[in-house]
Amino acid sequence: MSLATQIFYAVISVTVATAYGLTLGGITRKIYARVHGRFGPPVWQPFLDIIQTSGRRVSVSHGNMFLLGPVFRLAGGLGTYLFIPVIYGSAVFSNFSMAGDLLLVMYFVFFGQLGMALGAGQGGHPYSPIGIARGLAQMSTFELPFALAVIAVAIQYNSLNITSIVAAQQGGFMNWTLFTNPLAVVAAMISLLGMNMHSPFSIVLAPQEIPIGPPIEMNSGFLSILQTNRGLFAAAKLVLFMNLFFGGATNLLEMVAKTFFIYMFSVFVGAAYPRFRPEQSFRFFLKWPTIAGILSIIYIAYLGGTS
Amino acid sequence: MNKKHMDEIENQMKLANAGIPEKERDLFADARPVKVDPFNKYYEGFLNWARSRSLWMLAFGTGCGAIELRPLMTSRYDMSRYGIAPRPTPRQASVFIIGGYSSIKTIKRIVRSYEQMQGPKYVIALGSCTINGGMYYDSYNTINRLDYYIPVDVYIAGCMPRPEALIAGFNRLKEKIRAGECEGMNEYTEKFDWYKSNQKQIIKDWNMPDYNW
Repeated sequence: MSLATQIFYAVISVTVATAYGLTLGGITRKIYARVHGRFGPPVWQPFLDIIQTSGRRVSVSHGNMFLLGPVFRLAGGLGTYLFIPVIYGSAVFSNFSMAGDLLLVMYFVFFGQLGMALGAGQGGHPYSPIGIARGLAQMSTFELPFALAVIAVAIQYNSLNITSIVAAQQGGFMNWTLFTNPLAVVAAMISLLGMNMHSPFSIVLAPQEIPIGPPIEMNSGFLSILQTNRGLFAAAKLVLFMNLFFGGATNLLEMVAKTFFIYMFSVFVGAAYPRFRPEQSFRFFLKWPTIAGILSIIYIAYLGGTS
Repeated sequence: MNKKHMDEIENQMKLANAGIPEKERDLFADARPVKVDPFNKYYEGFLNWARSRSLWMLAFGTGCGAIELRPLMTSRYDMSRYGIAPRPTPRQASVFIIGGYSSIKTIKRIVRSYEQMQGPKYVIALGSCTINGGMYYDSYNTINRLDYYIPVDVYIAGCMPRPEALIAGFNRLKEKIRAGECEGMNEYTEKFDWYKSNQKQIIKDWNMPDYNW
């Protein structure tokens, strides 16, 4: 396949993922509203919000790093998404998957937040550094169980290539990591709660405590970049989890069905639980999910797993 | 016109920032706000359609009228179904709701917050106090007419207006936005000196820059 075709396919893939991620965001708002006993905004509200913010006539910047913050964030989302094969065996949705892409994706998942930390700091608002400190601390704690789960998966399939990990899970649902290595999935799904930043781990963008934290000074175009990235990044994370733990997908419909339920897990938990305090959140991640992650590695590496 | 002349005019155009101490003046911008024209007709129409369906209001309870926003936000009247959402920072908000009376202390914060909002920005004045002072018409520390100090797009009369009235007001604002009549941001720029002199008449301890970016 020529590079031009690959880029063309990547553009289609990114557009579909962004639209899907934003729609998921709209559905989430609807679900939260129904839990509160409200009607809630229409499902397409996130799209309208992006048009509205990008259509502002003026915007105020605080310097070069401030400009780069949202760009880094979007680069993190794009980087994560572009190296994950979305649909197993599809030419359009295979993106730029290659040997060792799992390590690259792991790096990109956390890249955006670091870039945002640099950018938002220059905004000068005291709530941004508070949000960033919380975000980075929480990130390093939920990264631990997630990394342990990924290591367990890498040992299990003897590969760091997402495509071959998906390939190894084909042929019936009993081959999914969910059933062959359940402890790793437990650890990873709990760290997904932290990554998605719904309650009880919504300590970074906590609107009632630190009025929306890091992006507090982000306005107009900057904010619309962040909103777009929120859709894309959500889709990228879900696809990554689907590939690693739930057998991947062979068509678009399967992808939508699986990622929808993976996402709904964090939405339902978010609708049911109130917010943790930061230190409670950090301790939680370092306790049960980490133990589950370590046990999953012991199970796979020393007890040989089920296979 | 020679260069010296141009510099002189430029200096006159700059804001004096007389309220803040001299050593701190470098920290603040001294440029005047500039008028920003709408985009071309069809693009602006499309944007106005989106803006009217995604109103982000500044969650800043400026007076007792803010109590009526709570039932509007929560499940009884649920404003989110009309695309209205609270936003905790003026940088991102597009609608500023003045909740009833505003004391002289508050009008200072109102001006600061209003100027920090990124245009196009809209103001809804709620309650009789914003129109003629209402029951505080002869009070020593409240203002009587809000539109002397910031441009107002929609008034909602009543003391207190119920959430239904607020929804009606929001619908009126949406109609005005879609018709392209909400140019308060440019109005403020054009009559900047008039608004500033009105504000400075009432705010005695003016210790902030003349225009808050």
